[in-house]
Amino acid sequence: MLPIMKGRITWRALALGVVAWAAMLVAPAPAQAEYGDVVINNYADAAGMRPAVFSHWFHRIRFRCKVCHADLGFQFKAGGNKITMAKIIDGKFCGACHNGEIAWSVENCGMCHSGVPGTPTHFHGSTVQTLVAPPYQPLTGSAAPAPAAAPKK
Amino acid sequence: MNLHKKTLFMVGAFSLFLVGSACSAQPQVAPRPDGSVPVKDLSYAPEYKPVDEMAQSDVQVIHIAQVDDINSFNRNLKKPKGIHLPPAEDGLRDPQNEATHILAAPKPAFEGLPPTEYGNRVDWVKTLDDKKIRPRWEREDPDAEPFVMDLDIVRPVKASVPDVVFPHRQHTEWLFCSNCHPAIFIPQKGANQINMSAILLGQKCGVCHGKVSFPITTKSCRKCHSKPKPDDWKPPLSEATLKNPWK
Ligand code: HEC
Ligand code: HEC
Ligand code: HEC
Ligand code: HEC
Ligand code: HEC
Ligand code: HEC
Repeated sequence: MLPIMKGRITWRALALGVVAWAAMLVAPAPAQAEYGDVVINNYADAAGMRPAVFSHWFHRIRFRCKVCHADLGFQFKAGGNKITMAKIIDGKFCGACHNGEIAWSVENCGMCHSGVPGTPTHFHGSTVQTLVAPPYQPLTGSAAPAPAAAPKK
Repeated sequence: MNLHKKTLFMVGAFSLFLVGSACSAQPQVAPRPDGSVPVKDLSYAPEYKPVDEMAQSDVQVIHIAQVDDINSFNRNLKKPKGIHLPPAEDGLRDPQNEATHILAAPKPAFEGLPPTEYGNRVDWVKTLDDKKIRPRWEREDPDAEPFVMDLDIVRPVKASVPDVVFPHRQHTEWLFCSNCHPAIFIPQKGANQINMSAILLGQKCGVCHGKVSFPITTKSCRKCHSKPKPDDWKPPLSEATLKNPWK
């Protein structure tokens, strides 16, 4: 949530314009990366590093999901694990393997920090992102009120 | 709702205006040949559209694509220009970063793996069953065997699509029980309310399907909807049809 108040149209518009404009400078072509690639950029940009990019396809050829998502405690949420270099060199998250024993060691900064600068944290190619319209809200169901005689709105 | 639409329109229009003026101020960014606004740049990281960040869920997605090119053959269908592009060309990784050129390209890695038409275009279940890959179950022990449980859960579906079969076997080949139970699913048949919109929003099955496991597209519906309805099954008629005064 950016510190911009909801409903202040000009600010929203300005922010959208600026982001669109920035994205244009930054991204000459639409991303066509592999399904399941994650950009992690909670802090990297702010510290002058390119965002980290993690590819699921590469790692799932080598490990089952269970290793990372049960044993190593990666939550199912892009950016949700608040990964930092301090945790990594303590052997947590990526550092559980990128320690020179299971995989190459952490001094190879550019291998992980390979993202286009300015790319926000996101999951590449997810179904939600590719939808033309927002997901359909059913008429009946837990969240919706009982169907009225005539549709309102 | 009307207000939202208006807001959205104004946001869109104003940002197009900004984008437009930004274009003219920055000569190195050429506008598209057809003069349209480069929508692709926004779709580059759609989850970051500012309305997503700032607005409530009912205005989650803004599609500037619908504003321009209204008479083009495909207003909304976007086809990927290529698949399995090498890292330096995938648009997500920076070709200026030297290590980007050392990263593995997916195309040669996927060669010989059973194909599908969606996601990574690899049938990961079959790949594993055929032992084409040997992903570790334990971080350090290459020979540890997974704890596989073979239990199918059938979920009858009210609509005309085939019923859903949730197979524990294929899931426990990859995942541990605690990945799903109890945070995503209460381990009791029928105890969980699931529907397609929750899945598309990234809940329930959609925590993984649509992100890492195969995505939700026309070609994958039958992966989950795999138990055919009985021959004499007919969709229930809606009340409006039963009571239709103009029948
Ligand atoms: C195994 C992958 C990996 C390697 C190698 C790696 N990093 Fe990181 N790094 C990450 C991830 C993941 C994050 C979290 C990114 C975020 O949320 O912004 C991160 C965050 C950072 C951050 C910002 C957060 C913080 O801890 O202050 C800096 C700065 C950083 N890395 C520098 C480096 C440097 C310098 C190197 C090389 C010595 C390096 N990294 C190597 C994965 C890696
Ligand atoms: C080598 C470690 C590793 C393996 C193996 C792995 N993942 Fe991940 N997964 C991650 C990381 C890292 C993230 C991003 C977390 C973050 O940004 O804090 C992630 C994120 C996710 C997310 C979150 C998506 C969202 O909504 O943001 C899902 C779902 C997921 N993984 C599913 C899987 C599945 C299914 C498998 C097995 C096929 C798998 N992962 C295997 C490391 C792994
Ligand atoms: C469960 C162990 C494990 C974890 C956790 C893990 N990796 Fe890896 N990673 C590997 C292995 C093994 C390789 C392959 C090493 C090799 O080629 O020698 C690898 C390779 C990579 C590569 C290079 C891929 C290529 O194209 O060659 C990148 C980039 C990478 N990891 C990033 C990350 C990031 C970022 C994280 C944390 C978010 C992470 N990894 C967490 C095990 C892991
Ligand atoms: C990918 C997610 C996932 C994983 C991993 C998973 N389950 Fe389940 N499990 C489900 C779903 C979905 C149901 C059905 C719930 C429903 O019908 O509401 C279920 C149902 C069950 C049930 C209830 C069956 C019944 O007849 O009532 C049990 C018991 C169960 N799981 C045990 C396990 C065990 C043990 C493991 C690990 C070996 C496991 N599950 C792994 C998703 C999972
Ligand atoms: C925690 C992650 C996760 C959740 C939640 C999940 N799945 Fe899966 N599912 C996977 C993975 C991983 C695979 C392996 C194939 C792949 O990655 O594409 C898979 C594969 C499947 C398959 C394919 C089996 C085959 O033979 O090809 C079906 C069907 C399936 N899931 C149905 C479901 C249904 C229905 C639900 C919800 C009730 C669900 N899944 C929830 C991770 C998950
Ligand atoms: C990951 C597995 C999965 C995939 C893929 C999937 N579905 Fe579903 N679908 C479900 C589940 C689970 C339910 C809920 C069943 C129940 O009521 O318990 C469901 C329910 C439905 C319903 C009933 C209405 C509702 O929202 O509950 C329809 C219609 C439907 N799906 C259509 C589709 C179509 C069309 C596709 C392909 C675009 C598709 N499904 C792909 C798992 C899936």
